[in-house]
Amino acid sequence: MVIFLTRLINGISLGSVYAIIALGYTMVYGIAKMLNFAHGDVIMVGAYVCFFAISTYHLNPVVGVLLAMVVCTLLGMVIERLAYKPLRQAPSLAVLITAIGVSYFLQNGAQLLWGSNNKMFPAFLKGDALQLMDGQLRVSVTTVVNVVVCVVVMLALTWFTGQTKMGKAMRACSEDKGAAQLMGINVDTTISMTFAIGSALAAVAGVLYMSSYPILVPTTGSMPGIKAFTAAVFGGIGSIPGALLGGLLLGVIEIFAGGYISTQLQNAIVFAVLIVVLLVRPTGLLGKQIREKV
Amino acid sequence: MNKLKRLSPATRSNYLTYLGVILAFAILQPMAAGGKLSPTLQGQLVPICAYVVMTLSLNLTVGVLGELSLGHAGFMSVGAFSGAVAASALQYSIPNGGLRLAVAMVIGAVFAGIVGVLISVPVLRLNGDYLAIVTLAFGQIIKSIVENLYVGVDGKGMLHASFLKPLTSLGEGGRMIVNGPMGIPNIAEISSFIAGFILILITLAVIFNLVNSRAGRAIMAIRDNRIAAESVGLNITKYKMMAFVTSAALAGAAGTLFALGQPAIVASKFDFNTSILILVYVVLGGQGKMWGSIIAATFLTVLPETPAMRGLADYRMLVYAVVLIVVMLVTNSPAIQSFFSRFQKEAERENGKGGEQA
Repeated sequence: MVIFLTRLINGISLGSVYAIIALGYTMVYGIAKMLNFAHGDVIMVGAYVCFFAISTYHLNPVVGVLLAMVVCTLLGMVIERLAYKPLRQAPSLAVLITAIGVSYFLQNGAQLLWGSNNKMFPAFLKGDALQLMDGQLRVSVTTVVNVVVCVVVMLALTWFTGQTKMGKAMRACSEDKGAAQLMGINVDTTISMTFAIGSALAAVAGVLYMSSYPILVPTTGSMPGIKAFTAAVFGGIGSIPGALLGGLLLGVIEIFAGGYISTQLQNAIVFAVLIVVLLVRPTGLLGKQIREKV
Repeated sequence: MNKLKRLSPATRSNYLTYLGVILAFAILQPMAAGGKLSPTLQGQLVPICAYVVMTLSLNLTVGVLGELSLGHAGFMSVGAFSGAVAASALQYSIPNGGLRLAVAMVIGAVFAGIVGVLISVPVLRLNGDYLAIVTLAFGQIIKSIVENLYVGVDGKGMLHASFLKPLTSLGEGGRMIVNGPMGIPNIAEISSFIAGFILILITLAVIFNLVNSRAGRAIMAIRDNRIAAESVGLNITKYKMMAFVTSAALAGAAGTLFALGQPAIVASKFDFNTSILILVYVVLGGQGKMWGSIIAATFLTVLPETPAMRGLADYRMLVYAVVLIVVMLVTNSPAIQSFFSRFQKEAERENGKGGEQA
């Protein structure tokens, strides 16, 4: 029982990080209808910025995270402006290849700038673990922070897309860009803003991911990137609650598969579950069932 | 020459593709045999052939069938491992290297084809990005499974396989072939440039014959408009599966060719990045254009090894990324497209009829 609960908590902790990354994926997909393969590498850049802020310049970790968010926000907007905006009308495969190019660029740029050797991310979330059930069950500070940040981000995004003018503009653009433009919405600004928010979330997720898996290399972002992408599809890509649900489920399945079945087959099981889910619900758990029109 | 002009543009382009491949082989083979090529290029001849076949086969899925596959390296992996195991197990029964390679390639293609059938059942029920993510997932699953596979042969020549735990029951005279995460550590290199060349020709023949057949036209009709194709009575699943499985089997043969030209292979070689690399070749060469695939795969495999790129040393992958982005931006920019379409229109006027897409 204690082992089960420990694994469940670990799964939720990891799942919260996936959920934050998946939120970025899902927002960008919802509005730009593109798979942004460079998202995972934005996570890596965020983690590096925070790493240098904390360990080289000895800044407060909170300042480090904020700095990472600022850098990633700018990076996301620059990438969108230079690489994706000129391809707004292009076939989706061209955009996908460009995103892969951006991903290669960020990985190799990071390798040139910061070297390919492992960097140990400093443990900055210090504090005593919560003791539950007479000390049998320990919930680490990292877990608490992951879950709290995930919930806060989720609530903030729900409020943002539901209540603010910019958020409503985003929803309008994701439904019909042409009609949104006719209603006086600046589509370019809206898309740029979506990339900014998605990238800022990636920075936060990068730092949180590093506090659980503290080895930092230029390819750090790829695997959580692919997993979060899977999580977004799992929950129904384009849906914000779906990303949260998909992320949490994926994290829990991953930890359970590793704990109860086999660590070597952990990833295979995660992807197998995804395939089964897509067979039963072809647009993900919370995705909209779209009728094809002739 | 007159005869060539009377052919339809598609057939002409197909013949020119064969001709180009044969010419390239006729030039390179004597050079390779005479030791005129640089050692790096010499060592790359077999991998180039394997990548060309991979690109051609993926082009069948992406260009002709019109579905995005992000797990093509998975089929290559299946072909590489099953083919290499077959070659190793048959080492004494078939002493002739060339024949053993051919048998191994057939086995690799059959295994990859079987996996292709298994995968196509769930994959082809989905569309668009969802299909892409499922192929990605399958690529990862195949990699995980192969990484945990142990295959050995005992003294009597019987194959033994086990999953997740190393083999212990091989007994006297037995030997390990596939060693889990370490892959296959000692491969007899029996692949040759000639074999690669023949495989490319076979691949081209298979693809051109499929594309120019009734089934091929059905597949392209599905690509262009699935609903319209379905409404005229085409069996969507059957034709999609035909293209997908053919593509998988060819990739399997390419995998065998690749593996048997390497001293050792590991499962992690055939990961997501390899799938993406092949996809990049397909897109840069032009979707549905087989000659484009051949040129793109050859050029982009050689490019990072050329002296000019070697001079860039650490910067070469960065330059590669920039080239990729710039090519995509330039080829999709409206200004450039209208510039080229002007030429195309003039050429069409001279021909007196609309140019057919090859």
